[in-house]
Amino acid sequence: MSDAVTVNPCKVCAPLGACVAFRGVEGCVPLIHGSQGCATYIRRYTISHFREPMDIASSSFAESATVFGGSSLFSTGLDNLIRQYKPAAIGVCTSCLSETIGDDVALFLREYVASRKDVALPALIRASTPSYKGTHMDGFHAAVRAILSCIVKAKGATVANQVNLLPGFVSPADLRYFKELLADFGLDGILVPDYSETLDGPSWDEYHRLPEGGTSVERIASSANSAATLQLGRSLRAGGGAWLEQTFGTPCRRLGLPIGLRESDAFCDALSEISGHPLPEIHARERGRLLDSYVDGHKYLFGKRAVVYGEEDLVVGIASLLNEIGINPVLCASGGMDEAFKEQVLAVTGDAQRLFPGEMEVLSDTDYDTIFARAEALKPDLIIGSSKGYKMARKLGVPLVRVGFPIHDRIGGQRQLHVGYRGTQNLFDLICNALMQAKQDTSPIGFMYV
Amino acid sequence: MNMITKIPEAAAVKAEILEKYPAKVAKKRSKSMVVNDPATVPVVQANVRTIPGIISQRGCCYAGCKGVVLGPTRDIINITHGPIGCGFYSWLTRRNQTDPGEVGPDGENFMMYCFSTDMQDENIVFGGEKKLRAAIQEAYDIFHPKAIAVFATCPVGLIGDDIHAISREMKEKFGDCNVFAFSCEGYKGVSQSAGHHIANNQIFKHVIGRGNTRPDGKYVMNMLGEYNIGGDAFELERLLESCGITLNATFSGNSTIGAFENAHMADLNVVMCHRSINYVADMIEKKYGIPWFKVNFIGAESTAKSLRKIAQYFEDPALAERVEKVIAEEMAAVKDASDEIRPRTEGRLAMLFVGGSRAHHYQDLFRELGMKSIAAGYEFAHRDDYEGRRVLPTIQVDADSRNIEELHVEADPAHYAPRKSTDEMETLVQHGYEFNDYDGMMTEMEKGSLVIDDISHYEMERLIETYHPAVFCAGIKEKYCVQKMGVPMKQLHSYDYGGPYAGFKGAINFYRDIDRMVNAKVWKLIRPPWLDTPQITAEFASA
Ligand code: SF4
Ligand code: SF4
Repeated sequence: MSDAVTVNPCKVCAPLGACVAFRGVEGCVPLIHGSQGCATYIRRYTISHFREPMDIASSSFAESATVFGGSSLFSTGLDNLIRQYKPAAIGVCTSCLSETIGDDVALFLREYVASRKDVALPALIRASTPSYKGTHMDGFHAAVRAILSCIVKAKGATVANQVNLLPGFVSPADLRYFKELLADFGLDGILVPDYSETLDGPSWDEYHRLPEGGTSVERIASSANSAATLQLGRSLRAGGGAWLEQTFGTPCRRLGLPIGLRESDAFCDALSEISGHPLPEIHARERGRLLDSYVDGHKYLFGKRAVVYGEEDLVVGIASLLNEIGINPVLCASGGMDEAFKEQVLAVTGDAQRLFPGEMEVLSDTDYDTIFARAEALKPDLIIGSSKGYKMARKLGVPLVRVGFPIHDRIGGQRQLHVGYRGTQNLFDLICNALMQAKQDTSPIGFMYV
Repeated sequence: MNMITKIPEAAAVKAEILEKYPAKVAKKRSKSMVVNDPATVPVVQANVRTIPGIISQRGCCYAGCKGVVLGPTRDIINITHGPIGCGFYSWLTRRNQTDPGEVGPDGENFMMYCFSTDMQDENIVFGGEKKLRAAIQEAYDIFHPKAIAVFATCPVGLIGDDIHAISREMKEKFGDCNVFAFSCEGYKGVSQSAGHHIANNQIFKHVIGRGNTRPDGKYVMNMLGEYNIGGDAFELERLLESCGITLNATFSGNSTIGAFENAHMADLNVVMCHRSINYVADMIEKKYGIPWFKVNFIGAESTAKSLRKIAQYFEDPALAERVEKVIAEEMAAVKDASDEIRPRTEGRLAMLFVGGSRAHHYQDLFRELGMKSIAAGYEFAHRDDYEGRRVLPTIQVDADSRNIEELHVEADPAHYAPRKSTDEMETLVQHGYEFNDYDGMMTEMEKGSLVIDDISHYEMERLIETYHPAVFCAGIKEKYCVQKMGVPMKQLHSYDYGGPYAGFKGAINFYRDIDRMVNAKVWKLIRPPWLDTPQITAEFASA
């Protein structure tokens, strides 16, 4: 990437991640403290991926607020939001503007609560999300941490089969899968966040002010009592799980996003250990089928070369999967700014160095222009990432397997399953079929039977 | 479902909606919700700040400037100076198309790109001028564009980067690249509208008038306020060409900076979206003597009317004849389509809450489908777009809009040339021409319909609950909420994935798309929340 100008960014801004996370708390409306443009842009962008309603309020800064601060607009905003939605929680995050002028939102909130002693207020969650210090993933994790730190006040007796799952920025389908898996292990999971229903809900037969679903404030409040917290994603250091551990001693286990057999095994092993149950039969069979399909498909895959981009944890997960099915991820790229990204990729693709020496590049803090330039040189067989790679895939004439966020040129991005044995199976089939189709389409003979 | 009932009375619906607001909010919103009477045209409060915490459709000044007005021009490199989000969200999200022609998509077409300075902490703390300067330099070195435009986002105004000085400096340094900047920080004004104005001003100051090439052709005009969503401009280009009218510059669908530079070489400006571009029309008239009038190419009837108006302006019977021929040819297919479709759409209800002109223009298409637009409003328009420009002198400029520069423009001593003599203009006016004018939406909406400015999410839901219209038109932010309520929702910003909808062929496309939407089987499969109430297809109770 050139130094000063970012050309086609491979990251989105922090409040977007925070707003998505807030939608995973039951009855929670996000509010962005700043000009209304940010809230509008973020709404329109998340909506084009999830294809679901997504209300985000704004404190609607006027020019004068940039001089005098946004305190009164902020409390008016809260008042109106509470009145209209009667929300169970409000998730406040900040825009670059309010951060730049240095609005002290924590103070505003304290003043607000103090001045409205006589009314029952929703849970008020506050995350600081300046986009000049991080990406949508930083915003997401900041919100998760804030959800916990603003709601969890005390620890009671530990509940042996209760676990907290901090899944990271995954799809609603992934969240549903996690819930099912936990339940099958006999575990009572508290997902923070859980937008599996709020951002992928059924059609309505009655009116809803806010879509149903999400983890309730009460459940979150009890999360210090869990036997453990499972925090997914290798990139995250000081996440909500660490906060719970430091504050209440709830043990936190950090695991990779369970994509691919090995990362899914690690995740299920942890569940097994916590629950005291072996991998439930139905999932064991899914695992078996996955392995079987690896065998069936290896002839289409081995030695193929892929470009993978997106959020750090997702890329690491996909790289791990590719590594075990014999595809070399020749380029792993992220707009995320963490330099540890490279080590994380190498940790899951160790033997790729042996099989395909010197053939893997890892780029962090990069943009699509750079990814494209590298891809042109590397000549991959396929590309794996969000819809933003379409132009590149089209130019290179190779298939794009759409994963992660945003997917706005296909339907069903919110239903894309990435995690666990089942999600891996889905990705595996998509990848295989994309390569098979590419081969078929470019063959002069046009084999029908491959 | 076919039971005929009275449509709920607008005044009662309004009262019911306001009831739920706190007194102060109700008082403010009440002024922005009026029951229409085309004869008297009541006052609508518009272009005022959205109340914090009320979820609005509106975007920001930056969105109006960079996204709307400058976005569709292919050969200007637009650099967003700010943190990453603002630039990312305005990256190709409006479906405006462009035809780079011979140059091919890899030539001077930067519309697929998103350029940003991606400001980081140290730029906020120590200022971003250095990074901006380097970014402009890099963009120039890589692409050698004819022009680079710089757009300020919210934090930039606060840290005080002088984007104009840097642009001037770089322009001088390059010599062959026009660099100019827009102070369009998102907090300015109350909506996108402020950004339109700022965009108009800077294009006028830095671009228009720099060229001196007039395209060949007898009847040369510019089209203002047409953004080539879904290929609208392509269709209009085809249509005008077949009439023998030469399009000089379009602001800004399928446009180039070169065409902007030569905009003053045309003999007429026609204005589609009055809200976003009227300033340029006015300024060109003052400086160069080119008259403007309002047209509407949305709807087959309106298209025919607009073409006739243009032909008459040029006062050449041969042109008038050719235009009539084109209209007759194109209308045949329009009639076939409407004969087929109209029986399926007749009498059904539509609502339009979008933009600064489309909520008005698209009513013509619904009329052609026999559908009734019972409620409409704009997202970022001003009173003149509702009530007509005659109210301009009575509009109070509040603190939010006061800081947006009004350029003082005078006739250019070298280039001012009135295209028509005073006598000629007078004759045209006698023939019903309204120059420099726009009658607004309300004069053309039925008595008893509801007009709501800057509709809130809650108000929208209440309208749907009450009327359950056959189709609701807005943008993607509203789409899935409306559809959860069992009502098809047509995006009039981006046209979903449809279009073009302009001109005659566009009208046919729209008829078909609306037919497909409102008569899709899926609406029968779901059980909408309002199922117990019969579908309303009827007259206004008060009409
Ligand atoms: S100002 Fe910051 S928060 Fe707002 S859209 Fe831009 S990057 Fe995102
Ligand atoms: S920061 Fe300002 S310019 Fe950027 S999207 Fe938000 S309101 Fe618009």
